[in-house]
Amino acid sequence: MLDVVLRFAVILAIFLVLPLIVGQTEHKVMAHMQSRLGPMYAGGFHGWAQLIADGVKFMQKEDVIPAAADRRIFMIAPGVALVPYLVVLIALPVDDGFVGVDLELGLFFVLAVMGIGVLGAIMAGWASANKYSVLGGMRAAAQLVSYELPLVLAASSVAMAAGTLSLPGIVEAWQWWWLPWQAIGGVVFFMAGLAELRRPPFDMPIAESEIIMGPMTEYTGMRFALFMLAEYAGIVVLSFLTTVLFLGGWHGPLLPGWLWTLAKVFLLAFVVIWVRVSFPRLREDQLQKLAWAGLVPLALVQLALTGVVKVLT
Amino acid sequence: MRCMDGYYGSYLLVAALLAIGVAVVAGAMMANRLLRPSRPTAEKLTTYECGVDPVGDGWAQSQVRYYVFTYLYVIFAVDAVFLFPWATVFDAPGYGVTTLVEMFVFLGFIALGILYAWRKRVLSWT
Repeated sequence: MLDVVLRFAVILAIFLVLPLIVGQTEHKVMAHMQSRLGPMYAGGFHGWAQLIADGVKFMQKEDVIPAAADRRIFMIAPGVALVPYLVVLIALPVDDGFVGVDLELGLFFVLAVMGIGVLGAIMAGWASANKYSVLGGMRAAAQLVSYELPLVLAASSVAMAAGTLSLPGIVEAWQWWWLPWQAIGGVVFFMAGLAELRRPPFDMPIAESEIIMGPMTEYTGMRFALFMLAEYAGIVVLSFLTTVLFLGGWHGPLLPGWLWTLAKVFLLAFVVIWVRVSFPRLREDQLQKLAWAGLVPLALVQLALTGVVKVLT
Repeated sequence: MRCMDGYYGSYLLVAALLAIGVAVVAGAMMANRLLRPSRPTAEKLTTYECGVDPVGDGWAQSQVRYYVFTYLYVIFAVDAVFLFPWATVFDAPGYGVTTLVEMFVFLGFIALGILYAWRKRVLSWT
């Protein structure tokens, strides 16, 4: 029992603390990449407490629900967007022998639950009864159906290589030469994951300069904060999952395993931020074309490569 | 704890974590309720449309050009689900080359589907 409590405490800590660190890193990294300083005031030292101050502010803000909105759906949408990312963490191994629960169907479970998070954005878009939000929600839905397929195909390539769907099992089977072997799948998985999170350059559903944050147009205060937390928790989960599937999780020399996992997660989170600063937003049809004409064929190539190498060796 | 072992036991833990997640969200909303003001006015509750009064209904009609992708997705996703059980056993002794050939048949079907969509000009809008 104590063991389970400890695991849950670690999962909750990952869920509540890492997104804040990633968020603050994004503030600072983006600022410096754009020759700015970013937040400097809150907390004294380089604005380290900026997100905590934001949280306190959000906590005190009025909860405005538009009169035209579908109230109940509007109210639960942020929860639907956020909670799946917590549930996903239970199947992700932090260290050799340290995982919330070793699910036999881990990979399948994780992909299924991650998809639910997008429903939160679709629900918010529809329930807001706002033209921008409806457009954003539809775009989120389109993005989900287009990018789920390359995501699933790339992930099943790893399952083929490891011969198991259990995530700790996959990391255990991992060898260093899987890096070049599964490289295509890794890139496809990471890009498709970014698209599912609606992060730039795949932020057509949010597009603040065009449809004013899309599904989140009508949200204020705590509910908006929950959406923001969901976005950064999503980055953490995606980086974590890519680490576990493609970068060998806890494997690495010298340092303890959990530190390696954490280092890889932060490296990928940095890439997510970097990509945001570097690439312009894709247009909706370019977005669809990239998925169907680019990522899906690449994922199929990866499946063929995995199958041939696995059977021949 | 006996009840946490085995197949259903592990999903009991998942359900427990789900409950914790719901509690976190509910707790945040409760704290918000205790601290926030509530002064609704008619203007504040109007749908936002860049500052001018909203025109017509919020659930406006628009042409959804990507509905065809939904069909594509439903078909392919159902196929992809079958990949997972297959992926764990395709290398088992006694399968080998047979399953590999099967895999290429599967890949061929998906590739053919995408090629069909391409020829139907679903992928380009202009």
